[in-house]
Amino acid sequence: MKAENYIKLEFPARSVNESFARAAAAAFAAQLDPNMTELGDIKTAVSEAVTNAVVHAYPEQIGMVQLRMRILPNRELEIVVKDRGVGIPDVERARTPLYTTGGEERSGMGFTIMEGFMDRLRVRSIPGKGTTVTMRRKLSGRG
Amino acid sequence: MQTFSFYSDGRLTVRLCGELDHAAASGAMYAVTEAAREYLPRTCVLDLSGLTFMDSSGIAVVLRAKRLLDRTGARLTVQGAPEQAKRVLELAGLGAMLEQQPERKEVGSI
Ligand SMILES: Nc1ncnc2c1ncn2[C@@H]1O[C@H](COP(=O)(O)OP(=O)(O)OP(=O)(O)O)[C@@H](O)[C@H]1O
Ligand SMILES: [Mg+2]
Repeated sequence: MKAENYIKLEFPARSVNESFARAAAAAFAAQLDPNMTELGDIKTAVSEAVTNAVVHAYPEQIGMVQLRMRILPNRELEIVVKDRGVGIPDVERARTPLYTTGGEERSGMGFTIMEGFMDRLRVRSIPGKGTTVTMRRKLSGRG
Repeated sequence: MQTFSFYSDGRLTVRLCGELDHAAASGAMYAVTEAAREYLPRTCVLDLSGLTFMDSSGIAVVLRAKRLLDRTGARLTVQGAPEQAKRVLELAGLGAMLEQQPERKEVGSI
């Protein structure tokens, strides 16, 4: 599908870059004139996906996270968050609400939030190679 | 993230301001833990009205705070969550913990 506009950012999987990724996502999405709820949903979903890469993908040494966004026809926004980390052995299980390998500092709700706030969520992961999270959301605008 | 705590008459209020994400979560949890330890309140209010953003890291903070206060027999309520934080908490099934807040008058309004 031909994108009307797109960005590609890459940054180390450090916690300080979580807020940067949210802000960048919000700034890009602003072209579609989203309402406050939509903007909040986009920031939250991006935060979840990027935080997962920061928290789970690289237990040994810090690797890179890629954030890609494109504007598709009919005011649809696509967000891709990709890492080359440890991967997820069982994606279906990982997507279950409350499932976490992160202990009490995590709630196991990240994927559930991405799914709830976006129209579509696809998670592709290969153990030892990395994880790619693709989300789509159609924006209504202020109407 | 900035945190403020305020105690009066058995009631501890911990106010969290700024973005409650993974980067800020441990600081927020530390503030709640320290204040609860110092004041041993009967009721604890987590005031989220100063939050500009919250994600699942905030859910974990709320749940850990609840567990911490449960252990000492205290009650935890969550108050003032802005729309975005409210959507996150409701999706996580924590809507029942949100306390309706009486409308506040703007400071300096006539
Ligand atoms: N990028 C990733 N690389 C490796 N493992 C991941 C990745 N993203 C998610 N996971 C695995 O999937 C599980 C579920 O992720 P999810 O975001 O739903 O919950 P969480 O991160 O554990 O907790 P929360 O997001 O609520 O703080 C994680 O605990 C982790 O085991
Ligand atoms: Mg997560």
